[in-house]
Amino acid sequence: MTEPILEARGLTKFFPTKRGTVRAVDQIDFAMAPGDTLGLVGESGSGKTTTAQCVVGIYAPTQGDILFQGRSIGATAAKRSRDLKREIRIVFQDPGSSLNPKRTIKQILATPLAVHRMASGREQLARISALLERVELPPTEYLYKHPQSIGGGEKQMVAIARALATDPSFVVLDEPTSALDVSVQAKIINLLLGLQKEMGLTYLFITHDMSLMRNAASRVAIMYLGKLSEIADTADFFQMPLHPYTKMLLSSIPVVSDEEESLKPAKGISRGEIPSPVNVPPGCSFHSRCPSRMEICDKVDPTTVEVAPGHVVRCHLFPLRREIS
Amino acid sequence: MRDETKANLLAAWRQRRRNLAHGWYKYSRNPLSVIGLAVLALIVLVAILAPYIAPYPGHAKAYTNFREASQPPSAKHFFGTDRIGRDIFSRTLFGYRFSLMIGAVVLALGVAPGVILGLLAGYRRGTWIEVVIMRVTDVFLAVPPLVLALAITAMLTPNLLNQMMAIALVWWPWYSRLVFSLASSLRNEYFVKEAELTGASQFHILFREILPNCFAPIMTKMTLDMGLVILIESTLSFVGLGIQPPKPALGTMVAEGAKRLPAEWWSTIFPALAIVIVILAFNLIGDGLRDVFAVEDV
Repeated sequence: MTEPILEARGLTKFFPTKRGTVRAVDQIDFAMAPGDTLGLVGESGSGKTTTAQCVVGIYAPTQGDILFQGRSIGATAAKRSRDLKREIRIVFQDPGSSLNPKRTIKQILATPLAVHRMASGREQLARISALLERVELPPTEYLYKHPQSIGGGEKQMVAIARALATDPSFVVLDEPTSALDVSVQAKIINLLLGLQKEMGLTYLFITHDMSLMRNAASRVAIMYLGKLSEIADTADFFQMPLHPYTKMLLSSIPVVSDEEESLKPAKGISRGEIPSPVNVPPGCSFHSRCPSRMEICDKVDPTTVEVAPGHVVRCHLFPLRREIS
Repeated sequence: MRDETKANLLAAWRQRRRNLAHGWYKYSRNPLSVIGLAVLALIVLVAILAPYIAPYPGHAKAYTNFREASQPPSAKHFFGTDRIGRDIFSRTLFGYRFSLMIGAVVLALGVAPGVILGLLAGYRRGTWIEVVIMRVTDVFLAVPPLVLALAITAMLTPNLLNQMMAIALVWWPWYSRLVFSLASSLRNEYFVKEAELTGASQFHILFREILPNCFAPIMTKMTLDMGLVILIESTLSFVGLGIQPPKPALGTMVAEGAKRLPAEWWSTIFPALAIVIVILAFNLIGDGLRDVFAVEDV
């Protein structure tokens, strides 16, 4: 693997609450190469959004570190350098609340340009227009509109344009399509993939939609209760899922034809709900729902094993580095 | 490039007009608010033009004419005359000048610091900044406004400036409370988070991101408060702590007339009615704005 653009090392984020400590993210490691799209998949409460928010600097990690181009960035945005804020940007889930309803699209897009002193006056307007064109919105029509007078998909386009305004190299996409109509989801995804190629972006793509990952991600990471269960390149991942939880998720993708059905892993009945991250089960946190549960599972937490190049699993079924074919 | 700029400006102007038209549509659905606005427009016009349209502009100053004293309403004096022969109609028109000016000045003096402190306290909730600002606010709010205004004016020489400062000093905490509660919930919105992540300054976040979203409740409260400020000013003048005679304050006129009730009823009733009408107009407008902005708790 080339020099990673972003790396999480033992990244941990706990939230102390009255009912106990929420172990939102617990000792996760991953690395991303430039130009990658890492799909971070998990159920609600698995800690994927917290991971994203640590990366962009909404939270500082409780333990561990995040490296960006080899430099440690494990701090809140307030303590990060201006340059770093320019390089790492985020697109939030709901454009309805991530765009200020009282500002025009022009004002919204002008903010990052002004903050990073990239352009002002006439040049700024030209850049804003270019940004809008880039996300396929006609500038003259949209510049002076307020967010509430445009559609949900268009709002998300504006949010994407805002993220790209500073010419970043790394963009966190926090479920960018889950608040939108199905009809515009595909359009947004295609736009994002096109922009990635054009601008050489690296994406950390948070989602709970497995089928979306198959098309959008180059690598997929599965998160369960604050820990990563499996990471693999997308092709490997869908051909050879190893972790029982991954199999369960894959078999729960709704499909239409028998043909598609036959492509899915043989079994893996979905059962139970994700436990509370305040009371993480002992041993492997997935043992309470695991169909291949063994005696050791509720006693010892498994360690991470690289079963094949770039394919990492954390499960007692794979205790050693061994050949699998 | 030229054409493009022109097209953009045209689009901006069209959009603004559309927003205004929509706002007016919502406002005008309540006929009472439209009446309130019309009445206020008339009052403002009359106050501005008082020197030209008042039948006896000289009566707003020191003037005595005992031959015309204590006349009931007639074609010559619409609202009658007071005990030293001044035309009450003329004095009422001039009285509106003071009332409106005091209302506007007090709110301008009181709202700006209240809003700024509220924004700061709300955005920095949980820090010592919030604790200091909000505890001071609470101290001011603990005392009833009229009592506090009375106490402050009583300490100072009663004149126009001191009266305005006293009322403004009573008024700002209400705005810092209102804006504090708005700002402390707005700071959790994602657009504020995004601005922080972009690296925007605190000034930008407070005044460009949060303040525009507080604008509707602030405007609504200001309109409703105009009536209240005028009422407090009248009350202070009534007890002799406001504008000093011979300047025509509506409250002072009511107070003077009240000594001669019920025989010379006109010298109290007309200035009192003038106060009621202007307060009512502001309240009707405030209700209308509440509908336009869909503000709930002001």
